[in-house]
Amino acid sequence: MKDSLTIHHKDTLELNPDLSIPDPHQDTYSKTILGFWMYLMTDCLVFASLFCTYAILHRETFGGPSSRELFDLTTAFIETMILLFSSVTCGFGMLAALKDEKRKVLFWLAISFLLGASFIFIELREFSEFVHAGHDWTKSAFLSAFFALVGTHGLHVSFGLLWLAVMMGQIHYAGITVDTFRRLSVFSLFWHFLDLIWIFIFTFVYLMGVI
Amino acid sequence: MFGKLTLEALKHEESQNSAVLSMLFCGLILIGLITYLKRWKWLWHEWITTVDPKRIGIMYIVVVLIMFFKGFGDAIMMRLQQALAVDGPGFLSAGHFQEVFSAHGTTMIFFVAMGVVFALLNLIVPLQIGARDVAFPFLNALSFWLFAAGAMLTLISLAVGKFSTSGWLAYPPLSGLEYSPNEGVDYWIWMVQISGVGSTLSGVNFLITILKMRCPGMTFMKMPIFVWSALCSMILVIFAFPILTATLYMLTLDRYLGMHFFTVAAGGNYMMYVNLIWAWGHPEVYILILPIFGVFSEIVSTFSEKRLFGYVSMVWALILIAFYSFVVWVHHFFTMGASPHVNAFFGIMTMVIAIPTGVKLFNWLFTKYRGRVHFTSPMLWFFAFVLNFTIAGMTGVLLSSPPVDFQVHNSLFLIAHFHGMVIGGFLFGFFAAFTYWFPKFTGFHLDEKLNRYAFWFWMIGFLLAFMPLYMLGFMGATRRLDHYQASTGWHPLFVIVFIGALIILCGALVQFVGLFWSIWIRKRNWDYSGGDPWNGRTLEWSIPSPPPIYNFAVIPTVDQLDPLWAEKQRGLPKNEIVYEDIHLPRNTPMGFYIGIFSLIFGFAMVWLIWWLALAGFAGILICVIIRLSGKDAHDHISANEVQKIEESYRTGKQTAL
Repeated sequence: MKDSLTIHHKDTLELNPDLSIPDPHQDTYSKTILGFWMYLMTDCLVFASLFCTYAILHRETFGGPSSRELFDLTTAFIETMILLFSSVTCGFGMLAALKDEKRKVLFWLAISFLLGASFIFIELREFSEFVHAGHDWTKSAFLSAFFALVGTHGLHVSFGLLWLAVMMGQIHYAGITVDTFRRLSVFSLFWHFLDLIWIFIFTFVYLMGVI
Repeated sequence: MFGKLTLEALKHEESQNSAVLSMLFCGLILIGLITYLKRWKWLWHEWITTVDPKRIGIMYIVVVLIMFFKGFGDAIMMRLQQALAVDGPGFLSAGHFQEVFSAHGTTMIFFVAMGVVFALLNLIVPLQIGARDVAFPFLNALSFWLFAAGAMLTLISLAVGKFSTSGWLAYPPLSGLEYSPNEGVDYWIWMVQISGVGSTLSGVNFLITILKMRCPGMTFMKMPIFVWSALCSMILVIFAFPILTATLYMLTLDRYLGMHFFTVAAGGNYMMYVNLIWAWGHPEVYILILPIFGVFSEIVSTFSEKRLFGYVSMVWALILIAFYSFVVWVHHFFTMGASPHVNAFFGIMTMVIAIPTGVKLFNWLFTKYRGRVHFTSPMLWFFAFVLNFTIAGMTGVLLSSPPVDFQVHNSLFLIAHFHGMVIGGFLFGFFAAFTYWFPKFTGFHLDEKLNRYAFWFWMIGFLLAFMPLYMLGFMGATRRLDHYQASTGWHPLFVIVFIGALIILCGALVQFVGLFWSIWIRKRNWDYSGGDPWNGRTLEWSIPSPPPIYNFAVIPTVDQLDPLWAEKQRGLPKNEIVYEDIHLPRNTPMGFYIGIFSLIFGFAMVWLIWWLALAGFAGILICVIIRLSGKDAHDHISANEVQKIEESYRTGKQTAL
């Protein structure tokens, strides 16, 4: 594992002596990581568009509740902490993968999964409280923008959870190989990215919303 | 069970019925032909499951040709309607006319122009940078199948139900649920969304390909100019397409979940949609034209037997155009009512773009200066391009001034301007590229005589079809008119415009027939030059035509721009070639499956068939998971086999693709 990692980190155009690694000319690891960064930037722009529309629409409450009346900072803070911790545990999982410790990887990934799932659970509960109080997304442009922005993040986390489950399955069956390690690195990028987006949501939507 | 879908959806007006029937007829003939020639297995193994960018590029062109004829049919119908509907209803109802112009714009931009861009990139970029493949071969196939799924949804919308009536950009509130309650806008949303996701993925793919897979020695400033233009264009794709995705997503939420982003009621803001869609839409037109700038740079330099004049300034012009394209979007709606300061800023930025574009034009002209210019048909397209692009560019600068724009906003003057860009600029560039690189991918030339006939039809037809539109614009004719009074005095000009459209149709038919004729008589136009028919300068001409599956038997090393030209000038004997084993990604049908599931998903969403939509989406997820759980499969070509293939080229045994 360690060898294959060093091989894949080396950005070289020389022939690699190990022919079991597919096409030695083409450095899969660094290409995939860079490509995924680019994908994350496109996703970031999707969020940027949603943030912009939220910024424009968040005063358009149309007689409904404003952000100050609606948001509960405690819930949002708990959500933030949970998501941040799941990023930390995901990081521990990566460290364990570098040391080729399969069981530890699975353990930390399972913890990340539980944290992510509880984040989604709390978010859905918050949403359902809003809806039951009669403040659903059809009531005003502000609520539309809020549900769309936060909900899209939640949707990303949900897909992340599915991905995480698939990753755990792969690592369970195949162990830590060149392929699964690369996929795990890519997943951890995605997971940290969602954290970053959430920090912005926490700041712009929740914190600034209650000022 | 079937959502909104009922048998009513199959009822159309006469003209549309005949289109549907001819479409079905062509489809059946094609299926019959493939079955008769026993080509299904070949189609599956060699094409549908392929991950080879050369074949994917050719498949893009096939889809583009089909969609081009659909979009062209729409155009002819519009022009015929406008020639007839003076003081009367013409032959199309107003509602149908709206569908036709919406379909024309959508088809031409999303499924012809974008398809052309990705076709060219797939075919040319790997060859020019000395690579055997793109960075993510499977993703590339997936992008194509998403594009094809979007195109297929367009064709289905012709037969089942109605198309959108709210124009090619579906401005709300007209495209909102309140004013467009039927399935038309939903068709539009899903066809654009599905193919748009494919475009974003392609953008990432080609950016990484260009950044990571250039052959040894090819530094940024030694990259062929077409690769530079592709790089800038893909950066624009990465920045712009997510905005489109997000905008369509919000429109979807408005229509499906009753949200209020762009509605008039409940605090929504429909001008926000117009801003967002043009924040994608303006870069989009540069996504289209930049690769064509690259194409002409290659063609002018090759057919002048001279190095491209001002390579460095060309590169910087590309970068500047790419940058400025993001700060001009408001010029599409100066009439929105933004403050004079805002309009002035965007007006000036728009004028500034003309400077790097002008630099490019002069560089091409200086490239020809004292060069040995060959008057081949790609060069004819270039001359026409210079004329049309300059006229359309100057009227564009005219439009960039807000006071002028207020006068001719949404008039036919605007239509003439941007058709000058996309036909006189983009499409002519594609024709030039098609003729220029055709022998590379087939091993034989297109028939030059027919090319010239087609060129003159297009050129004359274009001038007749679009120059009068400038006049009509000044006379007050707005775009999207389905009828008008004779007293306006527009009728003679509309008749001329229709004649122009017919002449263009002749040109297109000559090209279409010419393509098959050229294939039929290919022995006569065979390229015996060993893959370098034009005395080329860049790496793609250094390998035999059609290129072997691995492109380069030995990855080249370059030390300058125009490496092949330099090698030919030096005239050194070729080194002894040491062949090596080559790994190539194995074919996979997963991209095709995901495309099919996306099509099912899109169709089900349009008609609100929830169970089918869920099934389609689950299908996509399962395919993705299966694909991403397997091992990366590669095929291995041994050095011996490579040597055999290369020698078969030299002895002339290798023929068609």
